[in-house]
Order: sequence, then structure tokens, then C-alpha cells
Amino acid sequence: MPNSENTNLKKTGLYKDNIQTRRRIAALFQYFCALVTWTGVFLLALLLYQVSVDGIQWLDMQFLSSFPSRFPYKAGIKSALVGTFWLITLIAIISIPVGVATALYLHEFSRKGRIHKLIQLNISNLAGVPSIVYGIIGLTIFVRGLALERSLISGALTMSLLILPVIIIASREAIQAVPMSTRHAAFALGATRWQTAWAHVLPTAFPGILTGVILALSRAIGETAPLIMIGALTYVAFLPEGPMDSFTALPIQIFNWVSRPQEEFHELAAGAIIVLLAVLLIMNATAIYIRHKTEQKLK
Amino acid sequence: MTNKHTLEKRGIRWNEYFIRSGLGLCTLSSVVTTGVIIYILVKESLDFFTEVPLMDFLFGTQWVPLFEPSSYGVLPLLWGTLVITVGAAFIALPVGLASAVYISEYASPKVRTIVKPLLELLAGIPTVVYGYFALTFVTPLLRSVFPGFNVFNALSGAIVVGIMILPTVATLSDNALRAVPDTLRQGAYALGATSFEVTTQVVVPTGLSGIMASFLLAISRAVGETMAVTLAAGATPSLSLSMQESIQTITAYIVQVSLGDTPAGGIAYKTIFAVAGLLFVITLALNTLSQWILSRYQAEYD
Amino acid sequence: MNPQTTPEASDSENPISIPENSVLDLQKVSISYSGNPAVNGVSFPIAEHKITSIIGPSGCGKSTLLRSLNRMNDFVDGVTLDGQILYMGQDLYGNDIDPVALRRRIGMVFQKPNPFPKSIYKNVAWGPSINGYIGSMDELVEQSLVQAALWEEVKDRLHESALGLSGGQQQRLCIARALAMSPDILLMDEPCSALDPISTAHIEDLLFELKSNYTIVIVTHNMQQASRASDYTAFLELGNLIEFGTTRQIFTVPQQKRTEEYVTGRFG
Repeated sequence: MPNSENTNLKKTGLYKDNIQTRRRIAALFQYFCALVTWTGVFLLALLLYQVSVDGIQWLDMQFLSSFPSRFPYKAGIKSALVGTFWLITLIAIISIPVGVATALYLHEFSRKGRIHKLIQLNISNLAGVPSIVYGIIGLTIFVRGLALERSLISGALTMSLLILPVIIIASREAIQAVPMSTRHAAFALGATRWQTAWAHVLPTAFPGILTGVILALSRAIGETAPLIMIGALTYVAFLPEGPMDSFTALPIQIFNWVSRPQEEFHELAAGAIIVLLAVLLIMNATAIYIRHKTEQKLK
Repeated sequence: MTNKHTLEKRGIRWNEYFIRSGLGLCTLSSVVTTGVIIYILVKESLDFFTEVPLMDFLFGTQWVPLFEPSSYGVLPLLWGTLVITVGAAFIALPVGLASAVYISEYASPKVRTIVKPLLELLAGIPTVVYGYFALTFVTPLLRSVFPGFNVFNALSGAIVVGIMILPTVATLSDNALRAVPDTLRQGAYALGATSFEVTTQVVVPTGLSGIMASFLLAISRAVGETMAVTLAAGATPSLSLSMQESIQTITAYIVQVSLGDTPAGGIAYKTIFAVAGLLFVITLALNTLSQWILSRYQAEYD
Repeated sequence: MNPQTTPEASDSENPISIPENSVLDLQKVSISYSGNPAVNGVSFPIAEHKITSIIGPSGCGKSTLLRSLNRMNDFVDGVTLDGQILYMGQDLYGNDIDPVALRRRIGMVFQKPNPFPKSIYKNVAWGPSINGYIGSMDELVEQSLVQAALWEEVKDRLHESALGLSGGQQQRLCIARALAMSPDILLMDEPCSALDPISTAHIEDLLFELKSNYTIVIVTHNMQQASRASDYTAFLELGNLIEFGTTRQIFTVPQQKRTEEYVTGRFG
């Protein structure tokens, strides 16, 4: 007698019987949230699909190994690709040591007073400064002030400023996650702060730092505005041979092609986007894999 | 040789000292960076304001810096930035929060492990790609539905910036919701609440500070966003209310100047420092407010 | 005072005291977490307007069992329940039973105080208001707080945040919050484990007063608490019901050796 059971469980007296409506609202709300989320995922898929359909036809060895050109069918991304690799290498060399050192100093060495707090605040504020502002600073300091011109090193220094806060914050989180007991154990054996940090803190925090660094570098790879500000060239028909050479990079090339009116150049841009996204995807996947691996180890 | 029970006296460990100093120097670099940013923006802006009165800059309604007769009223650029930001927020805040609720409250752990990285991936796509998406997909779509739309229009820019900042809202709000202790949910369910009531009346209010912080951070991103709006919304400073027309944001203007052949040192060149200073102040205010909300309300529950 | 005790003809051999009026009847209840059994074939009744305590060493499944009584286990993935839990003769896990509506009648107080980060007043009023209460809310809030012996301490700051209360006060607020729904049954999951001795004494006093109006099931691993406060006691070990009876019986003349060892503190 399911019906009588139902009536029996119904609360009478001072309560309105509103349970049906409430359940319906709850169900609708759940569907709504699910729908909205999957729409976001769908948009991502749509974006990737759109780009692939537009660009895949241009993707061949010739595209990868040609310099940019006025003629779409002759154009390629050789100099942009090489420029991006140069750039990312220089950025990594500059920003990783400084970033990790800062995080290490802040967490392991500095006194946790007012100044420490201010520096932390300063770093999180730096992380929120728009990239174009870094571009202006790079233009003023590196390109003009230090007369490094529109060189790779100008670009790399500018980008390093931009991603340093990201690296510091990620490294700090990884370092913070190292249990205090590890440090105490080392101190109790008569180790100095540096010995403790070098032998115990850094190795334990390494996967976390690496993940953060990879994500920060992948952000640098896609950044366009600061490079435009410092005047990375859009037409470079040679390969840079040293940090002082001028250069172009993938996002610059993409921007240049997208801003032209001709359809063919849009498709070329799509081709370059596929290459850029492939690089980013590999980097992100590596980061996610490392994170996953570490999480499992911690369990 | 002293007695082996004598404790060593305090001395300076030189290598420890040098390492410490080296690390400290690296830390100093971030302070120097801030100093340099502020110094340059202030110095060049002050230069600019010796030629253009501050009041004309802040309240002028014409932005014509590159041609004669020039005019330096920043309101049209601010308006452009505001239109894009509000439009983007209109899309990203509700959608992002709803996604966060789905991921944190409804999705099974399996779905969660798929959707969250996908959203993070979406967050990692370079903004120039969103610009491409705007020009080759969103704008043509808008123009096929509403033929009155300009090739460069504010709506297209707002939509892609909205999509762009959506993952920020979703992932950060998700973190905020997940930080709400499970005991509160159980307490609410034990009173006969439905999932809707638990979520909207207990979980979301409890995580509100984190959600607000994520909103502000996302809005600050939208304000500072450059490439997508440059490509999608065009370069026409205007106070127009219409989303069909081309507008220009602060960031797009800076790009326009750097792409042109404006000679360094001239007044037109100095405008970029003045507007960048404004941009810096706006985003700094938003970020500071976001951090303040977080630190102010963080300790409320544990 | 003591209900009659009669031997029960069932698969367990020990004699079991059967309360005359039971509101809940557990019948061969087995619960498992994704295949791992936590509770095995437990049967005992819950007497109306009495306090039943569930005791046992930690990990014995007592909290799991308690949470199955108002279907809070529904929120844990992979939990399955076999057997029946009858509420006035109706299966709590019947297909047509609404678990949300059910929790209005079977309230719960948790191990750690978990007040909502809202005002004291709203904490009490929230349950009734979402459930469509149409009486006077102010009266209900006052009455519930009085019942939970908290009114005198908070009446002047009803609209301040509940998080400003002490741990013991927070727990009494959570009891008031549950009482505001006037549940038939109140489940308490080690309600004093996070509290100091004075607050614990407060809450135990409260239990006695609530008994006349409510049926209470309390999980505890505090032996004194069980013996002081409850009328019936169920002793669980490794998911099995070792013994069920009146509290006096369990603590003075236990039938099972394991029970005796546990209540005299030889293990646990």
C-alpha cells in the first residue's frame, strides 16, 4: 500500500505541504547547473573544432619550415616557431632561479614580520598587473633604457617580469606543503637552514614547483600583448642566432595574420594556432600528469 | 683543544650567509619591479599632465590623441573598457558560478576529474586565440543574425572576454565552495532541506567571500585583457551605448599606439603611460579588494 | 520503569528485552561501503520516548548505523543497505519514501557542532522556514532554544553570529535547531565528543528533559554517558550486534562475555 505509506509520512499541522515543489526546484536547479557547465565545455570543443577545420589544411612540413610571406601559400611559421623556442628557453633561464629563490627565501629564511607580509602582498598584486603594463615597462626599461633594442633578450626579460609572480606563488605553495616535521627533523640533527632547504625542502617540493613552472611558462608562450609592446617584429625572414637578435614569435605571427582581412591569412592563423595549442597542450598535460603522480604518491 | 663539553660560540657561517643574501636579493627583485612600474608610470604620466590638465584627461569626452586638433579626454576609452567588462561579467559570473556549483555540489568525482582540467585548459588558451575566435566565429554569427553589426563590435568582444574569464570564476569559486565544511551540508540536509536549499542558502552564502574574490579577480582580468578586445572590438574610441558599434578599450589603444609609428617622447607617445597608469590603478584596486575580502572573511569558519 | 524483558525467538541466542512501543524497528540491517561490510544483519527496536544508546569500540559501525536511520548515508557514494528499517511499520528505504521529507521527522545532531554561519535566530528558524512553517517563527525559535536550555544565554543576542558561541553552546544550538522541526526521533552522533566536561554535563541533563517528548538515539563511546543517560543500550562490535537490552541489564548482568569486557573497560 504505497499510497497510504506516503500519506502517513506527510507532516500535518503547522507545515504547508510543499515538498513536491521544492523537489522540482532542486531538480531543475541541478539540471541548470549541469547544462551550463557542459555548455562551457562545449564552447571549448567548438573553439578547438573551428580552429582545426580552418587550419588543418595548411599544416604541413612546408608550413613549419617556411618564413612568413605576402603570399599565403608560401607562408610558414619557421621563424616564429624558432623565436618562441628561443624565447621560452631564455625566460626559463631567467625566471625559474629567481622565482624559486624568492619563494625559498620567503618561506625558509625571512622573518615572518610586517615586511614579509608586505612582500607577499606585493607579489600577489604583481600577479594581477595586466600584461600590457609589463609590455610598457619592458619597452621603457629594456628596449630603450638599457638599449637592448627589439631583441630576444628584451622580450625574455619582459616576459620574465610577467611570470615571476606566478612562479613565486606556485613555488611557495609547493614549499608550504612540505611538512614542518621534515624541517624539524633536519634541524634537530644540526643542519643549517640552507642544508635543510636544499636537502629536504626543495626535493620534496620539486614536483609542485615543476608543475607551477610549466604552467607559468605555458602562459608566457601564449602572451602576445607585451611582445607587441616591445616591438617584436611581425616579418622576420631569418632565424635568430643569439639573444641580441630581433625575433618574432608564434602569438605575434598569429596576431598579424588574424588582423589581415583576407580569408587565407585567417586560415594560416588557424594553422599557427593549432601548432601553438599543441605545444601548450603538451606542457599542460605534463603538468597535470606530474600533479596527478604526486597526489597519488602522497596518498 | 677545549673541553669537549664546551658549547661552540656563535659565529657567522659564511656560506650560509652568502646563500641567504643571494636568495634575499632575488626576493628584492619583485619589490624593485613594483617600484619600477610605479616610478615609470608616475614619472611619464606627470610629464603628460604638465601638458594636458588632469581634469581634461579624466572628464573629457573626446579621445583624439593622434590627430590635430587633438583632445585627451579619457572617458571614451574608460567607457569602452567598462562596456566590455560589464558585458563579459554578465556572461561569466552567473555561468561560472553555476558551473562551480555543478562541479562542487553535483558532479560525481569521475565527472569532476574530467571537467575541472578541461576548464583549466580553457583558462590556458592564449588570448590571441580568443581574438581569432571572435573574428572568425562570433562576429560572423552575430552579423548573420543581426545584419546591423559592425565587423568590429563591442558585443563580440564582450562575449569572448566573457568566455575567457569564465574558467577563472568557475575554478576559483569551486575552490571556495569545496572549502565549505561538509558538516554544514549534512546539518542542513538533516533538517529536511533539498539540495537546492542546501546549496543556495547554506553552501553559497558560506563560501561567498571566496566567490566574490573570484568575481573581482575575473573582472580585473577582463579590464586588463588586450588581444581579444583589440581584434574583436576595434579601435574607435566612443561613448556609444550600442553594442553593435566598434569601441576602443584602454588596452586596445595602447596596442594601437605601439603598432603605429608614434615617435617616442612626443605627447601622443606619453598618452600610453597616462592610460596605462589608469589601468594599473583600476586593476590594483580590484585585486586589492579581492584579497581584502578573502583575508577579512577567511577565518570565519574552519 | 523497566520494560518487561522476554527472550526473543530469533537467530541470536541471547535473550533480548523488547520495548513495548517501538517507533523504529531495525530488521537485519546490513550496510556496506562499496562492497566492504560495515554493519552486518543488525536487528533491534527503538522505543518511543526513551533514550537508546548505541555503544561499541571505534570503527564498529555505530555511526554508520545511526546515519542510516535518517538516510544521511544517501550522500555517501557506494553505500548499500540490506534489510529493513521500519518507521511505524513503513520501510524507510521504500521506493516511494521521500528522504527529504523523512528527515523532518527524524532529526540529527552531529559529532562536532556545525552551526550555519548565520545568526543564532536564523540557525533555528532555517529548517522550519524552508519546510513551509506557517506558525509564529519567533515563538518557535524561543521555544526551541528554551527546550535546548540555551534561551537564557542567548536571548539578548539572537541576531548575532552563531559562530561567536562557545563549543557547548553551539552544540545546544544545533540541538535547538533540530528540535525546532519537532521531530519524532532525534539522532545524536557522539554529541559530546568535542565538548568539555561541563558542557557535556549540560547536554546530558538536557537529554533527560527531552525524553518525555522525544525518542532519542545516541551514539557514544563514553560508557558513563551511556549508563547514566539511556534506557536501552545496543552494543556493537565489528559491525555485529553483540547484545541489546535495557541499559541496566547491559551494564549489570550482560549476557555476552564481550559485552562484559567492554562495559567494564577491559578493551575498547
